[in-house]
Amino acid sequence: MSWILAIGFFILAPLIGGLLEGADRVLCARMQGRQGPPLLQPFYDMFKLINKQSVVVNNVQDVLVCGFLIFVVFAGLLFYWGGDILLVFFALTLAEIFFIMSSCSANSPYSSMGAQRELLQNMAYEPMILLAAIGFYLATNSFNVKEIATSSVPSIVYLPGIFVGYVFILVIKLRKSPFDLSTSHHAHQEMVRGLTTELSGNVLAIVSLAEWYENVLLVSVIGLFFINGTWWSILLAILGCAIAYFVIVLVDNVFPRVKWDVMMKSTWVVTLVAGGINLMIMELLTR
Amino acid sequence: MKVSKSPWMLHYDGSSCNGCDIEVLACTMPRFDVERFGVINTGNPKHADILMITGGINAQNRPVVEQIYSQMPSPKVVVAVGICACNGGVFKDCYNILGGVDTVLPVDIYVPGCAARPEAIIDGVVKAVALLDEKRKTMREDKKEEGQ
Repeated sequence: MSWILAIGFFILAPLIGGLLEGADRVLCARMQGRQGPPLLQPFYDMFKLINKQSVVVNNVQDVLVCGFLIFVVFAGLLFYWGGDILLVFFALTLAEIFFIMSSCSANSPYSSMGAQRELLQNMAYEPMILLAAIGFYLATNSFNVKEIATSSVPSIVYLPGIFVGYVFILVIKLRKSPFDLSTSHHAHQEMVRGLTTELSGNVLAIVSLAEWYENVLLVSVIGLFFINGTWWSILLAILGCAIAYFVIVLVDNVFPRVKWDVMMKSTWVVTLVAGGINLMIMELLTR
Repeated sequence: MKVSKSPWMLHYDGSSCNGCDIEVLACTMPRFDVERFGVINTGNPKHADILMITGGINAQNRPVVEQIYSQMPSPKVVVAVGICACNGGVFKDCYNILGGVDTVLPVDIYVPGCAARPEAIIDGVVKAVALLDEKRKTMREDKKEEGQ
């Protein structure tokens, strides 16, 4: 069963990730009173990028971008196979570091500025991700995704604060305004395209493929909060993911981009208050 | 699937009076919404397929325009928006104006008007998009010939 899920992720995640981005863009357009692109637009974009000439600034860049894709896919496979959730998060961070290094290697001011901001974002959201892993352990006595997913009570019952914190940092991870400092999907961008400025053609296609995998994985972690051994909890998990994603798109359209220090402070405050207090109360109750 | 389904646009203001620029921006706003055709306003030459230039070319922005064009990966299309970009317009005889965009770059589509209306600009974009497919085809044939 776990192997089927892992292979299913490998094949279906790009499809779901692309559709998710398409739905995201349509939803965004409707919120702004526009008609918006067709639902399949991300796939058209991907096809176009593959067919374009690729201007390579530095050959190391290609290798590093491939590293980004490989480690994101590895993290996702491990998650769906039911492996250690700590290892999933570490592999995801490693993938992120590969991506940051690739934009550092381009030797362009915009791209390296994007890389520095991405590092700041990493610093902002990483504590919450680790707290989420610890929270799952305290709630279910296991770091194993398989055991967390088949526990008798869904983790959200024990971890409402950590859930809020995780959705909060997902705004950073999914590159949504107000925290889309390093690179943005919108046109209003003060440093060209940030991280992906120097990437073009099929290298950029690899980046967006990796981002589709990453988004599916990150949204799946939301689902992990809701899931337990029963079949109907899967429906609950999908509903939870959809609502959380809608809220994130809404936030994206409502708030303007903030400076890095505001991002840092607000994320750490939410991490400490929502995550920390949640863990403390759980410790007190279970003792 | 065609390359033309996802044309990303880069807008550069040469020495325009901003009339055409405002009309170009109006195209991306809710009323005209060019994102219906998958058009994204990128601002990054390395991601762009369509270079949209408003205003004439003068001695100062000539190297800038040339550099932007050379940084765009092919297939690429140049659209001159407004009469100033087409041939210099009312500024044609000014001492500092070299003329329209075609004095520096190979322009594919000319969109006349002062200022060019959003409908005309969208029409120009649609024509440019059709050209993208053709250019992609010739690119492929060139590659095949090189291979042989």
